[in-house]
Amino acid sequence: MTPPPPADQPTRAASIIYLEDVTVNYDGFKALSRLNFFMDRRELRVVIGPNGAGKTTLLDVVSGRVKPESGRVIFGHNTDLLPLRENEIAQLGVGRKFQTPSVFVNLTVWDNVELSLRRASKGVFAALRQRDAREERDRILRTLETVKLADRADGKAGALSHGEKQWLEIGMVIAQDPELLLVDEPVAGMTDEETERTGALLESIAADRSVLVIEHDMEFVRQIARQVTVLHQGAVLCEGPVEQVQSDPRVLEVYLGRRREEADAVH
Amino acid sequence: MPKRETVALGIGAIVVAVVLPLCNMLPAGSPLAISNFTLNLFGKFLTYAILALGLDLLWGYAGVLSLGHGVFFGLGAYAMGMHLMLEIGSKSVYQSSLPDFMVWNQVTVLPLFWRPFHSTAFTLAAIVLVPALFGFAFGYLAFRSRIRGVYFSIITQALALSAWLVFNRNEMNLGGTNGLADFKTVFGFPLHQPSTQRGLYVVTALTLIGAYLLCRWITLTRAGKVLVAIRDSETRVLFSGYSPAAYKLFVFVVSAALAGAAGALYAPQVGIITPAKIGVLPSIEMIVWVAAGGRGTLYGAVLGAFGVNWIQSWLTTSYPDLWLLFLGGLFMSAVLFFPDGVVGAIGRLGGRVRRLVSRRSDRAVSTPSVSLGRPMP
Amino acid sequence: MISRLTVLLSLVAWLAAGAAGHAAAAPAASPEVAAALTDLTGDDADKREAAVTVIGQTRDPKWIQFLSALRDGSVYARTRAGQTELVVGGSKATKGDQDVIDISAAYDRASLGTVPLTDLKEVPADRRLRLAIKPFLDADETQAQLADPDAAVRRGAAVKLGNQAVATAAPVVEDALKKESDRWVRHALAEALALIHLANGTPAQRASAARSLGDLHSESAVPALQRLVTDSTASPAERGAAMHAIRGIERWGLLTRTVETLFQGASLGSILLLMALGLAVVFGLMGVINMAHGELMALGAYATFVVQNWFRAAWPAHFDSYFLVALPVSFLVAAAVGLVLERGVIRLLYGRPLETLLLTWGASLIIQQGLRLWFGAANVDVSSPSWLSGGVPVMVGLTLPYNRVFIIGLAAVSVAAMYWLLFRTSAGLRIRAVTQNRAMSSCLGVRAGVVDATTFAFGAGLAGLAGCALTQIGNVGPSLGQNYIVDSFMVVVTGGVGKLAGTILASAGLGSLTKGIEPALGAVFGKVAILVGVILFLQRRPAGLFATRGRNAEA
Repeated sequence: MTPPPPADQPTRAASIIYLEDVTVNYDGFKALSRLNFFMDRRELRVVIGPNGAGKTTLLDVVSGRVKPESGRVIFGHNTDLLPLRENEIAQLGVGRKFQTPSVFVNLTVWDNVELSLRRASKGVFAALRQRDAREERDRILRTLETVKLADRADGKAGALSHGEKQWLEIGMVIAQDPELLLVDEPVAGMTDEETERTGALLESIAADRSVLVIEHDMEFVRQIARQVTVLHQGAVLCEGPVEQVQSDPRVLEVYLGRRREEADAVH
Repeated sequence: MPKRETVALGIGAIVVAVVLPLCNMLPAGSPLAISNFTLNLFGKFLTYAILALGLDLLWGYAGVLSLGHGVFFGLGAYAMGMHLMLEIGSKSVYQSSLPDFMVWNQVTVLPLFWRPFHSTAFTLAAIVLVPALFGFAFGYLAFRSRIRGVYFSIITQALALSAWLVFNRNEMNLGGTNGLADFKTVFGFPLHQPSTQRGLYVVTALTLIGAYLLCRWITLTRAGKVLVAIRDSETRVLFSGYSPAAYKLFVFVVSAALAGAAGALYAPQVGIITPAKIGVLPSIEMIVWVAAGGRGTLYGAVLGAFGVNWIQSWLTTSYPDLWLLFLGGLFMSAVLFFPDGVVGAIGRLGGRVRRLVSRRSDRAVSTPSVSLGRPMP
Repeated sequence: MISRLTVLLSLVAWLAAGAAGHAAAAPAASPEVAAALTDLTGDDADKREAAVTVIGQTRDPKWIQFLSALRDGSVYARTRAGQTELVVGGSKATKGDQDVIDISAAYDRASLGTVPLTDLKEVPADRRLRLAIKPFLDADETQAQLADPDAAVRRGAAVKLGNQAVATAAPVVEDALKKESDRWVRHALAEALALIHLANGTPAQRASAARSLGDLHSESAVPALQRLVTDSTASPAERGAAMHAIRGIERWGLLTRTVETLFQGASLGSILLLMALGLAVVFGLMGVINMAHGELMALGAYATFVVQNWFRAAWPAHFDSYFLVALPVSFLVAAAVGLVLERGVIRLLYGRPLETLLLTWGASLIIQQGLRLWFGAANVDVSSPSWLSGGVPVMVGLTLPYNRVFIIGLAAVSVAAMYWLLFRTSAGLRIRAVTQNRAMSSCLGVRAGVVDATTFAFGAGLAGLAGCALTQIGNVGPSLGQNYIVDSFMVVVTGGVGKLAGTILASAGLGSLTKGIEPALGAVFGKVAILVGVILFLQRRPAGLFATRGRNAEA
């Protein structure tokens, strides 16, 4: 177990997200158990771990979907996320990409991105006042170009392929202009080529914001990761550069003790 | 709004609000004359169409299926009915200043909550605000705790049942099972005169046009897109920074207010409002207007309300036993065979014909027409 | 005119004598009786009434029978050898052009042959005479009832004597008490005795009677006890005892009412549970809200009705067993219709819950109207088999009707069967597998379609069973289903989707809550209060009592 960061380590002032002693209890099952976790600004962090280690729950806690039983969750300098609802957290600048693509299939690709754009208020009455805002066109177009969907802008999102929907969702999260991006298994079900492109995309995003990626695919982890955190039984098992983590005996034990193929994947 | 739609809407509005009342003023023998009875019937259908618009906004766009809109319709109708009852004054059977049913029930003093309805201004506000506020309270509790999907539908159905039970009670001082009836005048105009009925019809038609424009405006703004987005993926909406609860609450309140306005226009035209209009069955019947007409298209809801009720008034007089069988069959076939309603079915048919024609006439130009598609996959 | 009280007193005196065992040795026609008989043929109404009393006071069952005949207008007078004689007429016939009648002797009913009707003069029994006769017949009845083999009849007689509270009845009651073995009849007799003492005894007897009434939790003694409390001539000891007794009785009444409410709630909850079980499992498995579930219940009720009529026509001797046949028939009828519904239309809409809701609502309208056209719009009459009428007395002041007990038992058996099916059979394993992960189960070779169909049919069958049970406690009409559907959905919502334990708890809770609130708020506002309660409850637990938490909770 990694102890909480000592005072002389990168302080909270530099961190984008900071979890302290977070415990999540699902009817007796501790999905997170006194988890301590923090991430620097502009960091690309990959979280790995066996099934049931609490990876998705970590994202749920940060994005406000799950309220922990105890602990603290601080965003940026000193914003306490615990009392906030999901949409409020999203408005603060935390974007989340789900494992299975979730886009608005009955709206056009363009509208999908337009709705996601960061704006001062996303309340009902603000939305009633706004119609096609011209100044937003550039931002939407740029986003669509980033995710290579500009030529599909006027089609319904429901007509996109699985991989394209994943990309559209990433585009929507980018359009939110978040300071912290939470990405849950972005390359699940993607072809090798799509995987590579997605990796490159995530790296480019991480150039000016923080990205937290959950991934199973070790190939992909090696492609993008600088810093890796291994979760086990709801707590951090170890943390460090990919190579170091891969050779850590505790990690090997956890994976070997569970399933052979996953252990192979680590190597 | 697309130009074609504007033109169609303009023509429809003129026909409904101007041409039909003018035809009613023609002498009875003339071939284009519309009888007072028919115009009155149309007026009733138009009130239903106002309600259907709100329901469509709620269900067709935001995907929230309310099985309790009869309650809001009833609140509006009763608010109006109470004013009309008080307008009767002592011209009633018992020549009491109290409504007749209160005399029967040995109520001697006008209940407190009836008193403000002496005021016309208060009544006009209440017919919209009472359903809206009630909708707000109910919707706030329901949406805040994220009751959604079929859960919400069931809860609203329970609401309809409870409201029906409550309005049936004599001690509510709302006329019990018999409801409010025997209105004499509306804002001073005698109700038995054709000109008053014609006036009410025109007001209803104008309200419908206004309601249509309101709903259309909402669907054209970004809020309208958020509503569709909520139907597709509420979670994504939430994590995009919008509060689905707030949007659903907004559209729920709008639809409740429209239902209230519809009820208020219904009461004087039909001349009676009873709890039978607010129960479980009438509430779910309203859904089939929208389903049959075509949800997700506002004019579909209007056409559905008109068409289904026209068939109903024909069937219930000619073949009363068949009406419920027909209604049941309509529910089933609307869901099974034309999920986007008559409007959608016609649209698809039109699209197919157009493709066929264009393929024949000009093979070079092949623009696939965008079909409406299923609103809810 | 003889006052009612005298009649009553004389009558009880007679009763006491009869019970004490000096029965029926009176001569056939003592001089008094002979005179009375003569008076009866006369015209003087007072004399006639007095005559009835004289005859009645003989306490002779044979004379009592004679009075009964007199009341029915079948006593005639005939003149033979200058003597007027009273006879009892039997069956009439027409012989030639003459109406003839069988007659028998007034006292011992020895046959006197057949005579022409014209030879007889009817002894009229006007209203006044009938009123004078009635107490004697009633008393005779009570006397017979105290010796009846049926305990319920004996108990009824004891209660009647207690209500009359006539002093002279005390020996009869004491005597019966000695012979009585049934617990509940003994209780009623003891209560009657105490009531009699309370009304007629010495101050000491009254105080002790008040105490024993308190111990007996006698609800019916409260008015008499209250009179005693306010009686200024009574001694302080009596009044104290009465006051104490009233308090005890009232506490006991509260207890029985609570138990009764809980019990009624349990039987209502059982119906809801039978309905909700099917709904909840189907909802959990297929995400289908079956609005036609109530109509499937109505089908079960009508199937019971049809089976009943069938038995009545074909095997009237075995009428009581119709219900045993109706139970499986109602299950099968509803299950078959459910199966058709699922395979026919619902499966086409998998994964679209709102559409299914509307579709099944349409189906419900069609079934409902079909029932109305076939059986008529009025309620039909389903009679209980004799073994379900009556009840089991569990405590003083509380009898649980057998039909409600049966319904609770039926629900318990159904729940047990459901548990067994879901958790002990391979079919149940498949159901649970498809509920959790439809796609994966299909990949593993579970035929989801078959699972859907059987589960839906089973759930529908349970609704049919609920309908069959409901015929015993409620009305059967075409709109039967509508009355229960909203309630059962409340149960499903409160319990949490597809959660058996939640469904059971919620139906029991909502059932007893409904019955508990009803007395205070009335049925209507009770229902409204329940709805508000459910909405507020969902504020705390949006997914019901037993929500699945964790990552599978929602997509």
